[in-house]
Amino acid sequence: MSDTHAQTVRYVRDSMIQPSEPPNAQTGAVKWMRENLFSDWVNGLMTVIAIYIIYSVLAAIAPWFYHSVWNAGSLNECREVIAINSPNAMHGGGCFAVISDRWLQLLFGFYRADLHWRPILAFVLLFVALGPILFPNRFPRPLMWLAAAYPFLVVWLLWGGSFWVPILAALGFVIGGIVGYFGNKVGGLGVAVAAAVVSAVVWWVYLMPVVNDGLHATVAEARLETIAEQTEADLIAIPEAQEAIETRMAELNARVAELDAQLEEIVAVEETDAVKAEFNAIMDELETVRAELRILSRDAYYYSQKSTDAKTIASNLEMLPEWKAAAAEGDEIAQRNLSDAYGRLGLVGLEPVTSREFGGFMLAIIIGVAGIGLSLPLGVLLALGRQSDLLVVKVACIVFIEVIRGVPLIVWLFTASLLLNYFLPPGTNFDLVLRVVIMVTLFSAAYIAEVVRGGLAALPKGQYEAADALGLDYWKSMRLIVLPQALKISIPGIVNTFIGLFKDTTLVGIIGLLDPINLSNSIRASSDWNGVYWELFIFIGLVFFVCCFSMGRYSLWLEKQLQRGHR
Amino acid sequence: MKKSVLLGAVAVAGLTAAAASAATLDDVKARGSLNCGVSSGLTGFSEPDANGVWQGFDVAVCRAIGAAVLEDPTAVEFVPLTTQVRFTALSSGEIDILSRNTTWTFSRDTDLNLNFIGVNYYDGQGFMVPKELGVTSAKDLDGATVCIQTGTTTELNLADFFRSNNINYEPVPIETNAEAQQQYLAGACDVYTTDASGLAATRATFEDPSAHVILPEIISKEPLGPVVRHGDDNWMDIARWTLNALIAAEELGVTSANVEELAAAPTNNPEINRLLGTEGDLGAMIGLDKQWAVRAIAAGGNYGEIFERNIGESTPIGLARGLNAQWTEGGLMYAPPFR
Repeated sequence: MSDTHAQTVRYVRDSMIQPSEPPNAQTGAVKWMRENLFSDWVNGLMTVIAIYIIYSVLAAIAPWFYHSVWNAGSLNECREVIAINSPNAMHGGGCFAVISDRWLQLLFGFYRADLHWRPILAFVLLFVALGPILFPNRFPRPLMWLAAAYPFLVVWLLWGGSFWVPILAALGFVIGGIVGYFGNKVGGLGVAVAAAVVSAVVWWVYLMPVVNDGLHATVAEARLETIAEQTEADLIAIPEAQEAIETRMAELNARVAELDAQLEEIVAVEETDAVKAEFNAIMDELETVRAELRILSRDAYYYSQKSTDAKTIASNLEMLPEWKAAAAEGDEIAQRNLSDAYGRLGLVGLEPVTSREFGGFMLAIIIGVAGIGLSLPLGVLLALGRQSDLLVVKVACIVFIEVIRGVPLIVWLFTASLLLNYFLPPGTNFDLVLRVVIMVTLFSAAYIAEVVRGGLAALPKGQYEAADALGLDYWKSMRLIVLPQALKISIPGIVNTFIGLFKDTTLVGIIGLLDPINLSNSIRASSDWNGVYWELFIFIGLVFFVCCFSMGRYSLWLEKQLQRGHR
Repeated sequence: MKKSVLLGAVAVAGLTAAAASAATLDDVKARGSLNCGVSSGLTGFSEPDANGVWQGFDVAVCRAIGAAVLEDPTAVEFVPLTTQVRFTALSSGEIDILSRNTTWTFSRDTDLNLNFIGVNYYDGQGFMVPKELGVTSAKDLDGATVCIQTGTTTELNLADFFRSNNINYEPVPIETNAEAQQQYLAGACDVYTTDASGLAATRATFEDPSAHVILPEIISKEPLGPVVRHGDDNWMDIARWTLNALIAAEELGVTSANVEELAAAPTNNPEINRLLGTEGDLGAMIGLDKQWAVRAIAAGGNYGEIFERNIGESTPIGLARGLNAQWTEGGLMYAPPFR
């Protein structure tokens, strides 16, 4: 061994050669392309064809987006702008000015602009409330209470009304819970459930309206005089404000007409750069004028609503003694009028908004979130019921699932909106959005039930038997052993159903609710935007995509979180 | 057995519906708002503006009735309806009146248990073709592809017209007017057919309106009017005579500008006096006060004013009065006497 060193060569390299760069063909983008795009001639050919297709699609679409117009008052103005600024555009350009004019309407429907903070706050709170449910180990436990209070809070935020209404509604659950607790001690689970449901329903249907009306009446009586003064002052102040707005609007409208006339002249003249500059200067001024007009018309609408409200209150105040007398004698119409009037006069809280004013993505999200939130627990119960050993429960669940699933959603919506009116007593005011939420919930619960049943069936029988062997009762074994595993398996299916449900909310257009798609029809009906087609659909599609894609991503993330590495 | 139970249920449902509609006026007054079914979007006839306030020719009729009954033209809840659900919504009591460019036909008036209270727009079905086709008459359309909205009377009229003229066509069924515009402009069909007012509104939105012609043939009668339920004649009277008041006001020269002045004191025209309640008490006969017609006219003006503001020649839609002129000017608008 020692000889080895004695006879070493005369020259020994004492530093390593720098590894040379791999040949160009084996590195970076070229290597990647050779491996992935041109690995053999079939692949290469496919790549070339694909590139050609992508190019031709982009070549057709990109200029349309590139030449699109965001600032214009109508479709015709869009066309003028495109004609002046990019006369060589082959397919014209997109008229996205319709989005900048109506995006608030597409998001909120006819919800009054000064109240937009309410749905926005409700939407933000949704994530605060969802946090503890979706990421249970990252949020403090007490936040769960916020999640429980959220449904009541959001209904109050969106529809408005007195602040005690959500508290009274929540009280129904408390009452049900207390009755159920004692019922369980006295007569067992069956009695407890029945007693809890009955007592809660009695509270909601019979007692709560009485308490609610009583509170309203007390508050109203206590502040009759202040309201009378306030209304009187309003009835003087509102017309003044309206007049100021009208004069300003008239000025601005005159300016718009002037600018429009100038535009007409310019369009007629031959195109030069100077003309183009002048044209664009006018368009810029038009934009600022229109922005102000938009705000003014919003204010004008606000005051017209205020004025209607003030007039109603004034007439209510006037009629109040008469109605009171008639109501005391048992006149039903007077009683109804009286309770309505007290509801208006004794309101302490948020201004009421009717369901008719809901629309756009707000409506889609309300229906979607409510449907998703309610259908999951219902679907799980249905799935368990379908596997139950109790014959009545089992048959009821099977019939429910098969009937609901066997009929198209449109039919159920149609039933909810129209046929129910035939059966409900006349004068019943059963909110349309609520009806739709119920129908959508039942519909998707049937699908969720089947998805969860798939999860239950996929669990090895040993899991059920192990739970029994531990001596757990039915609910404990389900809650602690079976459902956590079954739900984990079903996550992709459940999220799939949710995404479908969210997109199905556009079907409510068929019963006249203004979902984004139906709203786009209404927007197109105005003579300014008649003929705008793709721009609206692109916008709506984009918003839907963002919502659905994030739901899909969340489901993937959740699957990874819950990975326990078995199987 | 099952069937008879079902029929029984339907009959009971029908009875309750009739009971619900027995006193629409009382319902409306107690509710404090008039529920009016409109199209969710038809240029010039019903459209919500950027604030969600409904505008248009059909909308104006409801506002006038709201003003007559509730003293407030803004106390109208507009319920946007699709073609398919409009009649069900009316008969189920969801709305009190339907003002949704609905054609008055025999079967709708009788079989569907509806009452048309009059005609607020005389329309007719026409054809639009690109000018470059060189077609000058609908009879030259042999073998043409025709864009047609499904589920409407226009579909049936089209079949009748082509059959009676012994020529062929190929229908391209479409759902909405917007879709029809796209299909027509993309060349999916040679001809677009719908009511002439709709054709004019559609053509006005084209990039180059002069490249398209509306053929002279009008192949159908489409009297469009507001509709109420069977079974409440008093409500029907209110609606019918409010519409008549608007038409008569134009004939008598009563406008939204001068109605207050004319109603302040009796004029020397007795018919105006009766209409505006300064002479006699016509309002009491339909369960309203003397000023009902004054409010209806003040809400949006007389028939002519409503027409001009929403669909007339000064608007982008630019419809001429034509058949819808007063009878004194060669049209068909003819209000029975107020007496």
